[in-house]
Amino acid sequence: SEDTQQQIIRETFHLVSKRDENVCNFLEGGLLIGGSDNKLIYRHYATLYFVFCVDSSESELGILDLIQVFVETLDKCFENVCELDLIFHVDKVHNILAEMVMGGMVLETNMNEIVTQIDAQNKLEKSETFIFQSPRQDR
Amino acid sequence: QARGIQTHPPKPEHGAKYISQCIDEIKQELKQDNIAVKANAVCKLTYLQMLGYDISWAAFNIIEVMSASKFTFKRVGYLAASQSFHEGTDVIMLTTNQIRKDLSSPSQYDTGVALTGLSCFVTPDLARDLANDIMTLMSHTKPYIRKKAVLIMYKVFLKYPESLRPAFPRLKEKLEDPDPGVQSAAVNVICELARRNPKNYLSLAPLFFKLMTSSTNNWVLIKIIKLFGALTPLEPRLGKKLIEPLTNLIHRLSVAVLISLSSGMPNHSASIQVLTWLWPLSAVKYLGLLAMSKILKTHPKSVQSHKDLILQCLDDKDESIRLRALDLLYGMVSKKNLMEIVKKLMTHVDKAEGTTYRDELLTKIIDICSQSNYQYITNFEWYISILVELTRLEGTRHGHLIAAQMLDVAIRVKAIRKFAVSQMSALLDSAHLLASSTQRNGICEVLYAAAWICGEFSEHLQEPHHTLEAMLRPKVTTLPGHIQAVYVQNVVKLYANILQQKEQAGEAEGAQAVTQLMVDRLPQFVQSADLEVQERASCILQLVKHIQKLQAKDVPVAEEVSALFAGELNPVAPKAQKKVPVPEGLDLDAWINEPLSDSESEDERPRAVFHEEEQRRPKHRPSEADEEELARRREARKQEQANNPFYIKSSPSPQKRYQDTPGVEHIPVVQIDLSVPLKVPGLPMSDQYVKLEEERRHRQKLEKDKRRKKRKEKEKKGKRRHSSLPTESDEDIAPAQQVDIVTEEMPENALPSDEDDKDPNDPYRALDIDLDKPLADSEKLPIQKHRNAETSKSPEKDVPVVEKKSKKPKKKEKKHKEKERDKEKKKQKEKKVKLVPRKHKKEKEERTKGKKKSKKQPLGSEEAAGEPVQNGAPEEEPLPPESSYSLLAENSYVKMTCDIRGSLQEDSQVTVAIVLENRSSSILKGMELSVLDSLNARMARPQGSSVHDGVPVPFQLPPGVSNEAQYVFTIQSIVMAQKLKGTLSFIAKNDEGATHEKLDFRLHFSCSSYLTTTPCYSDAFAKLLESGDLSMSSVKVDGIRMSFQNLLAKICFHHHFSVVERVDSCASMYSRSIQGHHVCLLVKKGENSVSVDGKCSDSTLLSNLLEEMKATLAKC
Repeated sequence: SEDTQQQIIRETFHLVSKRDENVCNFLEGGLLIGGSDNKLIYRHYATLYFVFCVDSSESELGILDLIQVFVETLDKCFENVCELDLIFHVDKVHNILAEMVMGGMVLETNMNEIVTQIDAQNKLEKSETFIFQSPRQDR
Repeated sequence: QARGIQTHPPKPEHGAKYISQCIDEIKQELKQDNIAVKANAVCKLTYLQMLGYDISWAAFNIIEVMSASKFTFKRVGYLAASQSFHEGTDVIMLTTNQIRKDLSSPSQYDTGVALTGLSCFVTPDLARDLANDIMTLMSHTKPYIRKKAVLIMYKVFLKYPESLRPAFPRLKEKLEDPDPGVQSAAVNVICELARRNPKNYLSLAPLFFKLMTSSTNNWVLIKIIKLFGALTPLEPRLGKKLIEPLTNLIHRLSVAVLISLSSGMPNHSASIQVLTWLWPLSAVKYLGLLAMSKILKTHPKSVQSHKDLILQCLDDKDESIRLRALDLLYGMVSKKNLMEIVKKLMTHVDKAEGTTYRDELLTKIIDICSQSNYQYITNFEWYISILVELTRLEGTRHGHLIAAQMLDVAIRVKAIRKFAVSQMSALLDSAHLLASSTQRNGICEVLYAAAWICGEFSEHLQEPHHTLEAMLRPKVTTLPGHIQAVYVQNVVKLYANILQQKEQAGEAEGAQAVTQLMVDRLPQFVQSADLEVQERASCILQLVKHIQKLQAKDVPVAEEVSALFAGELNPVAPKAQKKVPVPEGLDLDAWINEPLSDSESEDERPRAVFHEEEQRRPKHRPSEADEEELARRREARKQEQANNPFYIKSSPSPQKRYQDTPGVEHIPVVQIDLSVPLKVPGLPMSDQYVKLEEERRHRQKLEKDKRRKKRKEKEKKGKRRHSSLPTESDEDIAPAQQVDIVTEEMPENALPSDEDDKDPNDPYRALDIDLDKPLADSEKLPIQKHRNAETSKSPEKDVPVVEKKSKKPKKKEKKHKEKERDKEKKKQKEKKVKLVPRKHKKEKEERTKGKKKSKKQPLGSEEAAGEPVQNGAPEEEPLPPESSYSLLAENSYVKMTCDIRGSLQEDSQVTVAIVLENRSSSILKGMELSVLDSLNARMARPQGSSVHDGVPVPFQLPPGVSNEAQYVFTIQSIVMAQKLKGTLSFIAKNDEGATHEKLDFRLHFSCSSYLTTTPCYSDAFAKLLESGDLSMSSVKVDGIRMSFQNLLAKICFHHHFSVVERVDSCASMYSRSIQGHHVCLLVKKGENSVSVDGKCSDSTLLSNLLEEMKATLAKC
């Protein structure tokens, strides 16, 4: 529920934020994230941490790569992504993530493919918005 | 599009007030009809959810937005749903049809967004209902949809394992999909499946082998290699085959592949080499350790050579790496290096900051030492001192772990008891240190073990009196209750021991002094708030007082007191009891002997001791019984033990039989070197032990070398031995003491089953399905059904009709969707059939069939509804060609018609049959009828619901379908017509979304509706008229052109009268009210008019009835 969700986020942040810059990117979160089979994999970009929680079926370096793909995709979609972009457009971030990870499983790792799909969806959205707004303009 | 979220503060710093204001605002927005506003509100809610606010109250609005036709809104809805819905969300079942619709949407993004959302909140129900739709999508033309559909199948399998077998062939097919994304998704799903149950996927190995050599996608390669990692243990030949392509990969590809390869691959030596080159990178270091721990399981030797490297990692500043290294050390210890490693760990314990890491270190030390039955410990004195040192650790949570180890070692290693007892008594002596500094934490648990060991093995104590006093200090009462209880119990053991010593030495005074000490100090425990402590203390206090009396008479008591604690404890394996096979013909419930009322026998321990035992073998004694029951059981058990060949008696011989632990027992026993002092002064001793141990080993080596030299000299000098250097193998190290490790006892013919290790709740077990078997018919996926068909059971419906219905769709299951749609229509027709009351069923069915063929006219509501009128009416009564159902209310969604009938069974009750017809294209759900009761008329509600609660309508209505619900009203006075206000509320759900709708109506209870058609004979009618106690009234209506025949029929139909006699244009009619009023009519038809004279036992009723009749006739 929302409470455990917040607790996990808090503790994860607590764990991740106190780590040094040049230590490894893997963390065993313990019971909070569902036992020893799961681990936290994170990357640090300026003021942002991107943390993924994965089980043993994922390759650690693969996930590091995936985070990189995610960040680069965000960068392309937002044109020089920054913190505020992520906060003000949470839904967009979610939509981008949904193209990469679906229901907890990696869906697509090819950045070009992801960007193509996101662009197509944005276009669709724009066309709808246009139709939606046009009668108002008539008035 | 305005982004409301932008106005939101990014952080919840603005306080709860601001948030609640936001939520209020959102609630307002959700109430609006504009879907854009709603979507925006839901979007804000998603944001709030992310901040940790509960938004489950808006679940319904989310569904509404999900069902919007525009992709923009739909996406918002699905996002909110995927974030906030979970198995417990009750409205989730409402989404089934919406999702199904989106899945079959022509726009690939609608489908995509539905799949993404569904993957987050799929429930077993959704999985079952939608499995077939998703299966179809797996061969969609667009790769975008295919890959999503393939991936979501894993979630479906998890929730609905039955779908795995039917879907598997198609999944396999997707492994060779032309699109790399789809291929990768299929590999992903199969890897996930195979990870849990690899053996079912062995047959796919050749296919994956091909993929591995052909694929260029690193992601897929990693997954495949992981999959092979799971498969190779099951099929050794696979390993050999893999070596070549894998080495190719290593040369060709990056580290990523290499690392993942370590998960169980045979060519480990090369990979370790590479790992050590790349060591400086911390990420690689971590992964290297991870990989090593995997290799360690199969090839321990190759990892052990990197011990130093791993020990270095313990100094790493990165906690993740340290923990990994610790893990690895666990597998690396041997007899040779155990002390060294543990020493290293101990220094880390001292240095470590942060309790988590320290606790982790502590548990690891204990794990390392105790693994495989203390296999690597050569010197138990050293181990005990390590344990004692660990007790000085501040703030650890693992006191109980240390305590358990102390107990275990002391019980199982007999030779160590003397030393253990001396250490424990020292610990008890300094108990105040432990208890005061770390009371809040678990370290005082150690005292539990210390007290028990000192008590149980008190014969080894050097200064028992001193220890006794230490255990009776007032400070002890500050310890937790369960520890005090152990103290109290073991004080007596100690006391018994001292008593015996004193008596043997002839010191009667000394013995009395000890008794006095006990009598003085025990009361502090009697006052304990802990029941267990109090009970034991008062029991023992009485016992001691009794002893004191005996001592005063100079009676020797020591023998009897120590007899209380005679006998030895044997460790029993936790599962031992469970594993004793029940011999044939043994009925465990039958009495072997009739219960004896024997008193406590001397050689049995008192009950309190059993508590001790229970701590270690909980399976033994399910519940405490009262003393008598206990005695009886004990007796029975003794009998059983005597007869049971499988019972292991506590004689020393069986213990030896079980000494099959490898490594320690078969080592020749070496005499303890006298230079090793048994007690090393000062507490931090483990280091000294390490030194001593080294010296000892050195001496041993020297001795051996000497022997060897001698042997060599004896042998011919020219012959060189293959190993001139004295290599120290594990077996060369002899233990310092005679170690007598008592293995946990197991019954002789215990089955070596591991069944109990499996977790029955493991969700992946359900997916352990043989995939190579051909599909059986019964396994085919369910094809979409209308849920409402099952739920719309109104109470009067008869079961056979329902069954007939459900058979039909099954036969056609595998047909195309178009046909299904037809079927839907048919079903809806059949649904109407169901509305028909029982006796008209056949006839009606025939009629509907006829209609299906001809399709000339749509099913008119008039006719369909007309039928039920006859319910309860005599069959011979002719039917006028119209409905008695009057319009109640209608709007664009629903039309309500109703008929009110007097109940034949109950006085003062009427049944209101309401026919609801769905005239929209939406599906109507959750209909509720709420009626405002009046003083005179009340609705009969289900028990427990209040007057203000709505009464649910027991069905849902798909578009174009109508159904009837019946409600009973109780009427007090029937002489007047009356009206009740009511509201029908329902959820209309269509492609656009779901909306809450309401329809107000007024139920009109006319006086006619209180009348029930009752036949009457003319003679009885004449008598009634003659009786004279009926009041009279009459009306006359002009301008009637209808024939008299029809006129009468109309009166009969609408006002529930029956014709008694008819002569030309004159007729007498009769009816009876539900409360027993007689109503007689004389209807006469003139040229253009009709006059009605009525007689009734109640004048008001009559005048009201005639008014109603006038209204009816005026329409003719």
